[in-house]
Amino acid sequence: MGAKSETWLWIAQRASAALLALCVLVHLLTIIYAVRHGLSGAAILERTRGNAAGLAFYSLYVLAIAVHAPIGLRTLCQEWLGWRNASLNWFMAAVAVALFAFGLRAAWAVFV
Amino acid sequence: MNMRNDYRSRNHPAWWAFLVHRLSGLALSIFLPFHFWALGQALQGEAKLDSLLRWTEQPLVKFAEIVLVLLLAAHLTGGLRLLALEFLPWRDWQKSLLAFAAGAALAAGLAFALAL
Amino acid sequence: MNLLQVSVWRGAASGGYRTYEVPRQESQSVLDVVTYIQRSIDPTLAYRFACRVGMCGACAMTVNGVARWTCRTHVTKVAKGNAIQIAPLANLPVVKDLVTDMREFFDKWARARGQFVPSATRKDDFARVASDSPGRVAANAGIECIGCGVCYASCDVVSWNPDYLGPAALNRAWTLVNDVRDRARRERLAAVAGDAGCHACHTHLDCSERCPKSIAPTAAIAGLKRAVALAAWKGEL
Repeated sequence: MGAKSETWLWIAQRASAALLALCVLVHLLTIIYAVRHGLSGAAILERTRGNAAGLAFYSLYVLAIAVHAPIGLRTLCQEWLGWRNASLNWFMAAVAVALFAFGLRAAWAVFV
Repeated sequence: MNMRNDYRSRNHPAWWAFLVHRLSGLALSIFLPFHFWALGQALQGEAKLDSLLRWTEQPLVKFAEIVLVLLLAAHLTGGLRLLALEFLPWRDWQKSLLAFAAGAALAAGLAFALAL
Repeated sequence: MNLLQVSVWRGAASGGYRTYEVPRQESQSVLDVVTYIQRSIDPTLAYRFACRVGMCGACAMTVNGVARWTCRTHVTKVAKGNAIQIAPLANLPVVKDLVTDMREFFDKWARARGQFVPSATRKDDFARVASDSPGRVAANAGIECIGCGVCYASCDVVSWNPDYLGPAALNRAWTLVNDVRDRARRERLAAVAGDAGCHACHTHLDCSERCPKSIAPTAAIAGLKRAVALAAWKGEL
């Protein structure tokens, strides 16, 4: 990967981090609030079913994760596993797609 | 082979902050697929989700959840600290950002634990 | 008489620690200890020094696991009881005993474009640079670097990423990026970008902790990250 692409990876990592900071804050507050009133399938789904705003929020959240996590894991693999060639980039791209697809499925599952 | 550094040169706060940040990120990345799978169970109906939630009532799982919330909070606060270090003009007090970050993370974890 | 038990690395890439007994003095630096060993006990010990007064950086070694200038390290500050361990700097090939091969350190300095490229000639007037201008203040924070290698030896990313340019080279590049007289900004930003450049820094702050001149290469590298990102955004990278 060239210096320019690697610069854009860094930008994407920081941008997704900033977005995630907001998403995680909302998510943590939601969890703490929800857990307080008892956690049941009904309680969760009551809030998420048909909630278009919620779906939009979680979709954005999942997108940010799909960008942020693989870039971080990539650095870890390079430095601690010595994995540095093109196959790492392909693998991380696959991880990104998988996280995005699987995450969207989860968001959809509690929406319908 | 070159001489390598060991714990003696690494035993300072910013290094621990790095390690916590990296390991928490790794742990969260491993946890996420399970989380997505669990939520996806709702596709099979409310009862399926409910039975899964009942499984999480076990004390060991509850403990793991607290740990996860702590890891998420730590990764968040550590990340905010990094964004501050990289984007804000350099000041020496930024080193104590670490203290704030750690404190905030702990607070979040406690709030979750107490809410259970 | 109080005796120091000094464990010193002997050999090159392979070798081992050998223990020497050195009389403890009230006012004694680690360099004094090494000098005593070489002059009075074992003349085959190889080590580097020059000024002995904290100006040249040649005497940098690993003392009890931490990279330091041995001429400015008082024995009382580092001795564990009466024990000291002295090794060559980490992250550099060992030539012999306490001497490391610094070529890679300086090669990376060059690769980071750590050379000033003038934009004026002798026929032009002097450049007028306000000493309190932000660029000059940023540059001044890093120009006292004497290339001793302590930061490079302390950096884990250097250990984990053989191509990483390292804190000193990047710090130098940053001082030049902030120099209004220099005209190689674009090439320099390209040189310090990427996995082998500023983006590999994870803010461990080892370099800033250890720098004997109290320079914070982490600050310089953060500045480079911002400058490179901006250049990429504007299509100038």
